[in-house]
Amino acid sequence: MTGVDENGGAEAPGSGGGASGDGDRSIEGVTAAVGHENGDGKRTGGGRGSRGVGSGPLLLGVRHHGPGSARSVRAALDAALPRVVLIEGPPEADALIPLAAEEDMRPPVALLAHAVDEPGRSAFWPLAEFSPEWVAIRWALEHDVPARFIDLPATHTLAWGRDEGDGGPADAGPAGDEGADGPADEVPGVGESEASEPAATDAVRVDPLGVLAEAAGYDDPERWWEDVVEHRGPGRGDVFEPFTVLEEAMGVLRETYGTGGHDRDLVREAYMRLQVRAAQREFGDDVAVVCGAWHVPALRRKSTLAADKALLKGLPKVKADLTWVPWTHRRLSRHSGYGAGIDSPGWYGHLFAAPDRPVERWLTKVAGLLRDEDRIVSSAHVIEAVRLAGTLAAMRGRPLPGLSETTDAVRAVMCEGSDVPLALVHDRLVVGDVLGEVPQSAPAVPLQRDLDRIQRRLRLRPEALERELELDLRKETDAERSRLLHRLRLLGVAWGEPAISRGSTGTFRETWRLRWEPELAVRIAEAGVWGTTVLAAATARVEADAVSAAGLADVTALAERCLLAELPDALPTVMQILADRAALDADVGHLAQALPALVRSLRYGDVRGTGTGALAEVAAGLAERVFVGLPPACAALDAEAAEEMRRHVDAVHGAVGLLGEVAEAERSEPAERAADERAAEASAPSGVSSAAAPGLEAGPSAPAQRGLRGRWLGVLKVLGRRDTVPGVIRGRAVRLLLDDGELAQDEVARLMGLVLSPGTPPGDAAAWIEGFVGGGSGGGMLLVHDERLLGLVDAWLTGVSAEAFTDVLPLLRRTFSAYEPGVRRTLGELVRRGPGQRGSAAGAGSGIPGFGADLDGPRADAVLPVVRLLLGLDDDNDLANADGTYLANRDDNAPANADDNALTNADGNDFVGVAG
Amino acid sequence: MTVSVEPTSVEPKQGKPAEALRPHAEEAFADELAALAAQDDRPRPARWKLSPWAVATYLLGGILPDGTVITPKYVGPRRLVEVAVTTLATDRALLLLGVPGTAKTWVSEHLAAAVSGDSTLLVQGTAGTPEEAIRYGWNYAQLLANGPSRDALVPSPVMRAMAEGMTARVEELTRIPADVQDSLITILSEKTLPIPELGQEVQAVRGFNLIATANDRDRGVNELSSALRRRFNTVVLPLPESVEAEVDIVSRRVDQIGRSLDLPAAPDGIAEIRRVVTVFRELRDGVTSDGRTKLKSPSGTLSTAEAISVVTNGLALAAHFGDGVLRAGDVAAGILGAVVRDPAADRVIWQEYLEAVVRERDGWKDFYRACREVSA
Repeated sequence: MTGVDENGGAEAPGSGGGASGDGDRSIEGVTAAVGHENGDGKRTGGGRGSRGVGSGPLLLGVRHHGPGSARSVRAALDAALPRVVLIEGPPEADALIPLAAEEDMRPPVALLAHAVDEPGRSAFWPLAEFSPEWVAIRWALEHDVPARFIDLPATHTLAWGRDEGDGGPADAGPAGDEGADGPADEVPGVGESEASEPAATDAVRVDPLGVLAEAAGYDDPERWWEDVVEHRGPGRGDVFEPFTVLEEAMGVLRETYGTGGHDRDLVREAYMRLQVRAAQREFGDDVAVVCGAWHVPALRRKSTLAADKALLKGLPKVKADLTWVPWTHRRLSRHSGYGAGIDSPGWYGHLFAAPDRPVERWLTKVAGLLRDEDRIVSSAHVIEAVRLAGTLAAMRGRPLPGLSETTDAVRAVMCEGSDVPLALVHDRLVVGDVLGEVPQSAPAVPLQRDLDRIQRRLRLRPEALERELELDLRKETDAERSRLLHRLRLLGVAWGEPAISRGSTGTFRETWRLRWEPELAVRIAEAGVWGTTVLAAATARVEADAVSAAGLADVTALAERCLLAELPDALPTVMQILADRAALDADVGHLAQALPALVRSLRYGDVRGTGTGALAEVAAGLAERVFVGLPPACAALDAEAAEEMRRHVDAVHGAVGLLGEVAEAERSEPAERAADERAAEASAPSGVSSAAAPGLEAGPSAPAQRGLRGRWLGVLKVLGRRDTVPGVIRGRAVRLLLDDGELAQDEVARLMGLVLSPGTPPGDAAAWIEGFVGGGSGGGMLLVHDERLLGLVDAWLTGVSAEAFTDVLPLLRRTFSAYEPGVRRTLGELVRRGPGQRGSAAGAGSGIPGFGADLDGPRADAVLPVVRLLLGLDDDNDLANADGTYLANRDDNAPANADDNALTNADGNDFVGVAG
Repeated sequence: MTVSVEPTSVEPKQGKPAEALRPHAEEAFADELAALAAQDDRPRPARWKLSPWAVATYLLGGILPDGTVITPKYVGPRRLVEVAVTTLATDRALLLLGVPGTAKTWVSEHLAAAVSGDSTLLVQGTAGTPEEAIRYGWNYAQLLANGPSRDALVPSPVMRAMAEGMTARVEELTRIPADVQDSLITILSEKTLPIPELGQEVQAVRGFNLIATANDRDRGVNELSSALRRRFNTVVLPLPESVEAEVDIVSRRVDQIGRSLDLPAAPDGIAEIRRVVTVFRELRDGVTSDGRTKLKSPSGTLSTAEAISVVTNGLALAAHFGDGVLRAGDVAAGILGAVVRDPAADRVIWQEYLEAVVRERDGWKDFYRACREVSA
């Protein structure tokens, strides 16, 4: 150990002297600019000189996540060979340090501290491969030297968060998180533990790097730091020199600004001093401390034990628990919310990992990525990019090309000036997709604890046995249970599966099938990366899912689930993405698909009392887009596509109806609607004639419908009128208008007459009929009640030529076979009774319009042989009997007996058999 | 065998700068260039009139130590200018890309003026640009009289730039037929121009470089071959960053054009111009100006230049057929024509924009109605 001592001793003073050349110049610049006289500079210089043999621990001030710092730390540790390494971080995590040596521990990872009884209160200390702290930990483990965390225990720092988070319990999670990143956000990491600074006092804080950078004439502190520290080549000169210089600069800053608004630093530094002192007692001066450079002057300062202890008295406490969690580069980067405060983790990782020629290696990497994406990038491109980056750096007065120079070079040389491939480079390389891993043996994540707590509170025990759970959402506990299950489902924890409700279809009832499988515990551990509470995790997960969702319908479904799970914080993100997707989606089908789910969500939101203002807005926007896009999209469709589009039309109709109730009250006078129709007409592909079917124009002047609904009816009219629209959609549109009272019966009859007139191809007419009365839309009843329409159908059908009949048969069959037996029977009877006086029936007054009042004797007789055959009757008596009963039955409207049923059913079916 | 072209004394510049309709950049800003050169103590690449730093200052504007004010020639990201100047300094050719009206030609002229002190070595690219315009031609009288000789050879601007170590400019590179474009490849990679007829070649001397401009949204152009593309560093000049800047450009240009056409000045046009610019920007960017709603972008370029023509058109309409005040109805038809290039897809996009954005916007009711009228 003496050898080590000598070594360190020999190095250190030498460094003190050697450092002056490079270091002093910049420091002098700083002191002068900050307004210090030389005397101050000298005094700090003297302080620096005091580091030598036996004068104190080796203090390595770093910038968190600085690859240059990391490299320097390793070099310094290698040179000094301390007997213990102290690291800024929560001391409760000491027990977790050995895990860092395990095979399956791969950075980026984070130390997660959370309050035991309040998992939402948490803080993260993220560590990447290029973090100096991580390097120090690994160095200690490799050299069998104890490593210890010396920052203020998380017990206290988490409790600090609580004092400030009193605004509301909901604040807890975010406050904890911000506490983790706030400082890193505004101070690029120097001297700040990512974890322990509460976010509340932002305003008054000083950015130490900003001050230094400004003094050096840089407008961007980040860039200054990179130029001065991170981009320094390794191994040049004394390994301690960077730390000496930095310490000096920080010393000046601390003298000027004190704590710079970070008042809690005093407490933390007092604790650190105590820890360093304890370590010194144990190991002598062979102690290395890796901490934020900001803290170094404070640790160097002599202070009495009593004073430090006094500072630490009466700190609030919570029970805290720590563990390792996997982290990602994306989260390290600043723009993804959590952010440990660096823009370009991928670039830093590269700087740290590259043994030499970082720019050349980086640009080669970029070229590789672009080649993988099928861009032609040759080695000549790389050469030119390296040249350009180098010259740019010279022009900008930087010692080495930084990220901005290489990015400019890549854009100009490899990407032909375009930012599109550049975005890819940024996403994949500059930020990077690296995902950390944590060994199995790491302690349980707080998400599990949170779940346990909620399960206890809601008396919802995880059981392996499958069971059904009926929830009445009007009860508070049940509603909460439902929310929990929905949230877990969003997190991929399939504890409960929704089942079809028995009996009730009301929106306030839910049925779940519950079953707890052991592997769900693993799922929860996996979900732990999303957050520390079920609520926070589900929110984060939904937001991430929304960003990566493939289709519009996926996002809509997500929005729906968002409401079910009550994740109000995620809703704005999801809505924004939904609106964006809807705006960019050119397929009306997708839009039409998304609309009903949205409107459903709106209604659910109402039931559950969630705010749905944003949702209504998005839904209305979506509807508008559907209106505009629908008419052109309906042209030139084949039968299958037309059928699908008809379903869309139905769905949109239903949705618009609901939406109209939710929020509508604005202008849109009839005039505007007429313009709407004209515009929609005009938006058809050119060359389409819309001259035919002028019927709709003459329709009854509808009551001035307002808003969305009015515009939708306008679209329907356009659809019903245009010849290029497939029959099935046209029929459907007319039918919807009829149901809404927008078209009078006379008018509809006239339209139907037009469509069914001999000029129309029978296939088209049949499709129209299917659209008009087909499916389970109650079309049969319409025909039963309006015999004029039935008469039209009947007359058309009998007029269809034999060859065409086989073509339309399948369509008609599909249309009519969907009717209920009763409807079919009645229709059959009506047809059977015959449309004798069609056209003139109006005058007769009695009976049903379109049909004769009395039986047509000769025609009735004509079916008798068939009936006889069907009923297996062979003598006249029986037949007369049956006939009589039948007639009586018809006349008296008496309840049917078994015989009748057989007869009339046969009759009705016969009709269907003929008709379809 | 290498010969150098005599630094042919350029045909005497006839019109005195003051009288020229439009003086060259190096004449118009001679004072600034001189002041920069006088105070420029940074290293200059061979045959550069200024150091790269001074060139950047010349383009972006600034104040020299002695107080000389350098007016900004290009208003835009500093980064772009730095990359452009650095490219020239590394003797790579520079390709300026952008939609019409983004000051490509302007930047190229000023770069050449600042670097070489001469912006006139210019090849204008058209569909009919021959190879002679890039390599060399012959003086046929001389050729017939004396046979092939250097005297009979008519050098192109590019050839002269090579011989003298100057900056050559090629405008609208993508309009030039592909085979003619490719004659640049040897020049840019070998930095030499062979003259097989004489068994000679012209080797570029240090300081030679080439600035090309091209339009990246135009149709019916000759895409650069990848071999040629590779010889260029590309800088894309963006459209104006803010609405204010664009409104400013448009109204200034419209004013100039209007005066040359003797249109009566529109007293109250600025609001309408703002509206046109807003519509163009929103559709171009695919997002509304408040950044809250995304939009589909139509197939047209919707450049500032087109906004200018829409407004000029509207002014003419207002002056000759209206009451002289530029109104929504005067610009509506022009906008429709600029936006709807593809009758099917663009029309839906336009309708969506009208319904989703314009209809809801306060104070845009007249515009909405006018657009609906012309769209119908």
